[in-house]
Amino acid sequence: MSVQLELGRVGEVVPREDGIPKVTGQFAYSSDLQAAGMLWGHTLRSPHSHARIVAIEISEAVTMPGVHAVLTHEDVPGEKLYGLEFQDQPVLAFERVRYFGEPVALVAAEHPEQARRAAERIRVAYEPLEPIVDAERATESESLHPERPTMGHGYRDDPRPNVVRSLVIRHGDPDAKGDVSVSGVYEVGIQDQAFLGPESGLAVPDGEGGVDVYVATQWLHVDRDQVAPCLGLQPEQVRIHLAGVGGAFGGREDLSMQVHGAMLALHTNRPVKVVYDRQESFVGHIHRHPAKIWAEHRATRDGKLVNVRVRILLDGGAYASSSTAVTSNAASFACGPYAVDNALIESLCVYTNNPPCGAMRGFGAVQVCFAHEAQMDKLAAELDIDPIELRLLNALGPGGSLPTGQRVTGALPVAEVIRRAAALPLPEPEELPRDPLRVPGGSGNTTRGEGVKRGVGFAVGFKNIGYSEGFDDYTAARVRLAADGNAEVHCAAAEVGQGVANVILQVARTELGTDDVTLAPHTTATVDSAGSASASRMTWMASGAVRDACRAALEERERNGGGEVDIERIYRHPRTSPLDPETGQTTGERSHVAYACAAMRVVAEVDVELGLTRVVWIGTAQDVGKAVNPQAVTGQIEGGTAQGLGLALMEEIQTRDGLITNASFTDYLIPTTLDMPPVVSELVEEAEPDAPYGAKGVGEPPTVVSTAAVVAALRAATGRDLARVPVRPDEIVGL
Amino acid sequence: MQEEATTLGAVDVLTPRTLEEALRLKSETPGAVPIQGGTDVMVELNFDRARPPALLNLNEVAALRGWSRTNGRVSLGAGLTYAEAMEHPLAELLPALAEAARTVGGPQIRNRGTVGGNLGTASPAGDALPPLLVAGAEVNVASVRGERTLPLHEFLVGPKRNALAEDELIVGVSVAAGAGRETFLKVGPRNAMVIAVVSLALRVVDGELLAAFGSAGPVPALVRAPLEEASSFPEQVAAAASPIDDVRGTAAYRRHALRILAGRALDRCLA
Repeated sequence: MSVQLELGRVGEVVPREDGIPKVTGQFAYSSDLQAAGMLWGHTLRSPHSHARIVAIEISEAVTMPGVHAVLTHEDVPGEKLYGLEFQDQPVLAFERVRYFGEPVALVAAEHPEQARRAAERIRVAYEPLEPIVDAERATESESLHPERPTMGHGYRDDPRPNVVRSLVIRHGDPDAKGDVSVSGVYEVGIQDQAFLGPESGLAVPDGEGGVDVYVATQWLHVDRDQVAPCLGLQPEQVRIHLAGVGGAFGGREDLSMQVHGAMLALHTNRPVKVVYDRQESFVGHIHRHPAKIWAEHRATRDGKLVNVRVRILLDGGAYASSSTAVTSNAASFACGPYAVDNALIESLCVYTNNPPCGAMRGFGAVQVCFAHEAQMDKLAAELDIDPIELRLLNALGPGGSLPTGQRVTGALPVAEVIRRAAALPLPEPEELPRDPLRVPGGSGNTTRGEGVKRGVGFAVGFKNIGYSEGFDDYTAARVRLAADGNAEVHCAAAEVGQGVANVILQVARTELGTDDVTLAPHTTATVDSAGSASASRMTWMASGAVRDACRAALEERERNGGGEVDIERIYRHPRTSPLDPETGQTTGERSHVAYACAAMRVVAEVDVELGLTRVVWIGTAQDVGKAVNPQAVTGQIEGGTAQGLGLALMEEIQTRDGLITNASFTDYLIPTTLDMPPVVSELVEEAEPDAPYGAKGVGEPPTVVSTAAVVAALRAATGRDLARVPVRPDEIVGL
Repeated sequence: MQEEATTLGAVDVLTPRTLEEALRLKSETPGAVPIQGGTDVMVELNFDRARPPALLNLNEVAALRGWSRTNGRVSLGAGLTYAEAMEHPLAELLPALAEAARTVGGPQIRNRGTVGGNLGTASPAGDALPPLLVAGAEVNVASVRGERTLPLHEFLVGPKRNALAEDELIVGVSVAAGAGRETFLKVGPRNAMVIAVVSLALRVVDGELLAAFGSAGPVPALVRAPLEEASSFPEQVAAAASPIDDVRGTAAYRRHALRILAGRALDRCLA
């Protein structure tokens, strides 16, 4: 019997169910949660970037009106430290604070204003310490973590203080000489995820000593596995439920209010809601690592890369978060998607008293792409070779190797994305005079054409899909078939705006051959882990798990001759192996699961006298494997491109002595519609052999490549080096 | 109850219907913060930077709204919104103000934010202030004690400080119509919805050049020169500024940009 599907299978355009509710303000975000008898939690945070805590006095705060609880580190019921990779971060600071905004105490009160006022009456005696704010001097400074939690994890042994991870990749002959050599030093500022929905959630005690936490997050089960030990509870006593997520981009991988809300809820036996305000959100999550990168490219006279030597310094801030993986990613992709026989790559991440850094869209590949693409343009200029030809000449592809020694076995159509992006027709220059909004400076009315120059830039980049280096995570899905034919799919994959809810439904409809599929709430309560909505992995992994569970359910029903079925399946990607701690070479067949690449061409106009920019046009070709939902794919490409453009032109957390000085959307600028042009997206569909339906993740490659491509266009327009992002007007005008 | 209300930071909202009532309420409750569009005041409240005892909601006072034209001068009500300043025919009478209004926020902010609010906040970055300065603005203020008028440059006494007595309200501002030989330019690192890194208004009238800059000193300030000094005027404007380094830009860039803006403004107004 053939079934007419109406709602969309794999490969079809499926509009988002939450699209209209979000643009009309009807969508319930985690900050909209309510519960009867609810209290409001507030977090007292450190005003210092580095200080010794001498004493915490709460006696006045607890007597304030409406206050139900005031908690400090002494009240943490279980483990006092947590972390994604190392347990190095206190639930609430004790002995010392290591970054500006570090949580020190909690208040629960009837009203949020009462909670804030009570927090002001908590007396914390600090003895300020000299903050370590210069990453280049961190390894010569006093250790911020004298317990050295980074030691003994199988990484290279680097005895210097404040090393989060130090990785050296030696590939081929690291001293190999070329005919020509180009060098550069590149810097990347601290970018924030700048999600619009601030950290928020609701913790509800279950009356039996356990707690339910409703929260906007990226990985429900790893939240649970960090929260439960801090509360001194068993994992099943803590249930994490996904609440409406207002953007994530890596910034919700780490815990924010989860343990704090649960502590207050369990202490007061009342539901407790915590909502950060915008200013607090800037210290409430980790950021993109600021980086300094020294690069030297050696090549033959005819443009073949001979040797790439790169030194990468990442400022991890006060706590490790996922810095070790970012350190490794930056090293893996430091040469770009090019075949390089010889390389020496040193990647170092250090602890400082700057804002903590961790996962953000692109995850180490963004910083190095900015550097390697600038280097490729420099090399093209040195050799007088067309920059696109130079990239094609060196393009990596199946059969080639990464500097880690891993051979590319799956799909990696680098040359194809370069050719497709390069073939996109560029827009003609617009006539003057024109709509005053369509010039650099936009609504500021700064030019009628004076000083405006046009430039075209190009960049290629790639990164890994999925977790790497032996971190073999998995995704579970559970399918329940009712007697009436309805199918209910359970998967804890976090819908963070990327569209995984539709992916799950599309796969289930495709596999089950029915429209009658519902997606159960994302929770730890009914299904095993889905892993993180990170690393461009969720589409691949959720597709595999849901596919396998659906097929198993159909088989089970067939075996039973009908009736109800309830079955759960675990899906795993091909296994990966760690890197050798001494050589940085892969110790098995692969350390990354797979890769995705993108090429991008950007046309920009720059007012070279004022240093203002209008990006006119962006065209990109991206390796997507298979577009499960083409509309969602182009949405990810446009959004990811905007985020990279933001880093190129304006997005930077500024600090002074470790204190954030622009913690607001007044002064931390993100692109508006006048800054972000329409994007022409070419989807290159070359099926990934290891992936379900051949689909790769698509969220990160556009961000990896767009920062580099936008700055390349600015260099072409201005003739300046522009070795730091975000590019400041001062640098364009040469001040 | 009273204590809880205080702890909660409850704010009385006083809503007068007439200017007379507004002035009486302001006199009785000098700590009441006037609010019209709320685009500045609400940010202060939401960021927990201010907990005034009361807000004086001026949205229902008809006398503060709109604008009128008498004897070559244009009177703008304190409640004139940026969106209204961009509309015909006011935009043709005061083109620099219209251009400045277009740079303020997004459409929602321009529908709510007012010229009176810009005067009240008296920020060095207030976008309406340079166009008003070059138009010879006089600020009309009133209290139960009576009315007075003072030139805008005397009204702006420091960064975020104005000359209002605690019982006074801004009624409006009167300016000389510009008739086209004026413009406004604003630099920000983003193409919309940005606070001025530096801004400049220029008016050419009766053989005189009048420029006013924003975000390049403690208050927006006026620079005047005879028309014959047009070629050195950009230097004069840059030299008159006293910019600082802050999170939005450097002093060196601000001075550089002012010079460029002044040159371009002259080209536009003298063409």
